[in-house]
Amino acid sequence: MSLYLFQALNGIGLGMIYFLISVGLTIIFGLLNFVNFAHGAYYLLGSYLAFTIVSLSGNFWLALLLAPIVVAALAWVTEKTLIQRAYHLPHTFHILITLGIALIIQELSISIWGPIGKTVAAPPSLAGVIQLGDFFYPKYRLFVIAFTAVIALALWFLLERTRFGALVRAGSEDAQTVSLLGTHIHKLFALTFALGVGLAGLAGVLAAPIRGVHPFIGPEVLGLAFVVVVIGGMGSFVGALVGGITVGLVQSMMTTLWPQGASLMIYGAMAIVILMKPYGLFGRA
Amino acid sequence: MKLEINGIHSYYEKSHVLEGVSLQVNPGELVTLLGRNGAGKTTTLRSIAGIVKPAKGSIMFNNEELIGREIFDIARKGVLLVPEHRGIFGILSVEENLAIAVRSSSRWSLADIYEMFPRLYERRKNGGNALSGGEQQMLAIARALVNDPKLLLLDEPTEGLAPVIVDEIVRILQKIRSAGVSVLLVEQNLAVCEKLADRHYVIEQGRVVYSGSGEQFRQEQEIKNRYLAV
Repeated sequence: MSLYLFQALNGIGLGMIYFLISVGLTIIFGLLNFVNFAHGAYYLLGSYLAFTIVSLSGNFWLALLLAPIVVAALAWVTEKTLIQRAYHLPHTFHILITLGIALIIQELSISIWGPIGKTVAAPPSLAGVIQLGDFFYPKYRLFVIAFTAVIALALWFLLERTRFGALVRAGSEDAQTVSLLGTHIHKLFALTFALGVGLAGLAGVLAAPIRGVHPFIGPEVLGLAFVVVVIGGMGSFVGALVGGITVGLVQSMMTTLWPQGASLMIYGAMAIVILMKPYGLFGRA
Repeated sequence: MKLEINGIHSYYEKSHVLEGVSLQVNPGELVTLLGRNGAGKTTTLRSIAGIVKPAKGSIMFNNEELIGREIFDIARKGVLLVPEHRGIFGILSVEENLAIAVRSSSRWSLADIYEMFPRLYERRKNGGNALSGGEQQMLAIARALVNDPKLLLLDEPTEGLAPVIVDEIVRILQKIRSAGVSVLLVEQNLAVCEKLADRHYVIEQGRVVYSGSGEQFRQEQEIKNRYLAV
């Protein structure tokens, strides 16, 4: 029994990290109608920055604060120099450009941090396990669940209860009309892109102590994020949350039941959702 | 706050839609732009708002050139387009539709708007997609009002609306004019136009073919027959 509880908690933690990655992808797609294939690479960058900051300062909290900001700032610069020139082009161009960015980030990471994976230690205050009766669970993983839940709430508040959020939602419906109301649409786009990518960077930091960092994780993360978004529905916040946790749970439960089939079942879950609801669980047609 | 358009030429792809349109809206004036479908009325408004970029000519507002500026930049100068499709955000509530447009410099606050449009107050929690056509039109105008307008560009505000609603829109436009906001109105409903306007322009095949004051225009049966009859 406690094995299943253990795997369920693992699945939720993993799922919340998937949520962070996919919610950025889905917001960017919703507002900018832009397909970001570099999303996994920015996650990678978040992980590596966490590694460097922790190695230099020994302070994980500093990494948790700083790395996502650096990733978001870099995304903002990329948007200003390159990506905003491609919004009016078809999706295939978005994929070409961002795949290029992803390769650049990946290869630069290899030349800076080397081809062999690194590990990042959890902060000392969260090392070890929590014991409840005969049930043991790593403190850090519990922290990830709690922390991402807080981030999810804050993000929900930002998107649903602030002027910025209303503008993002309005822009996903009709960007030109938002512009006609005097909103600096280029700023809104750049900020949203930086926010979405920064969340992928944050996910990279949080996942580093659990999964380590290796330079080829980008495409895998990107693939998972797209599965989450397809399950939840493009452009939906709740969809990203439900999709993320679904994928996390399926993956972690299958690791116990049928390890070889874990990845297969994720895509199986996606196929079932597509068959029943082609726009995803919370998607709009 | 004077608008002066001088000989603008605008294109959609290769089709030459405006072939040298010139017109003026003086401070505080309500001016209509009349003409058949496809004459270039909407394109004129879209050119002023910056959605269409004229290839030639000039659009001066308050002695500043608007051509070449971004859409939001023009809107921030108080030149606000209420488009024909109204542009209400369906996934935002009525209140959010207004809130994203509010500027503190505007003489109309959210409270003023709710007083002016009681119906919008009643429906403030509803989604934009739940509104009737008349309510959407009122919301579109209200949204422009909280956005600090100096010159309103209205594209067929009474199109497809019931007569009672049309009367209400006319009352609202009178209020807006008496507040000193200039209005350039594109409208098919001649009765509405004659009730409201200081001056009229008639546009045909991308050119202004007639201009005259409200009084003059009332007598111009021939112009109405030639350019405005269906």
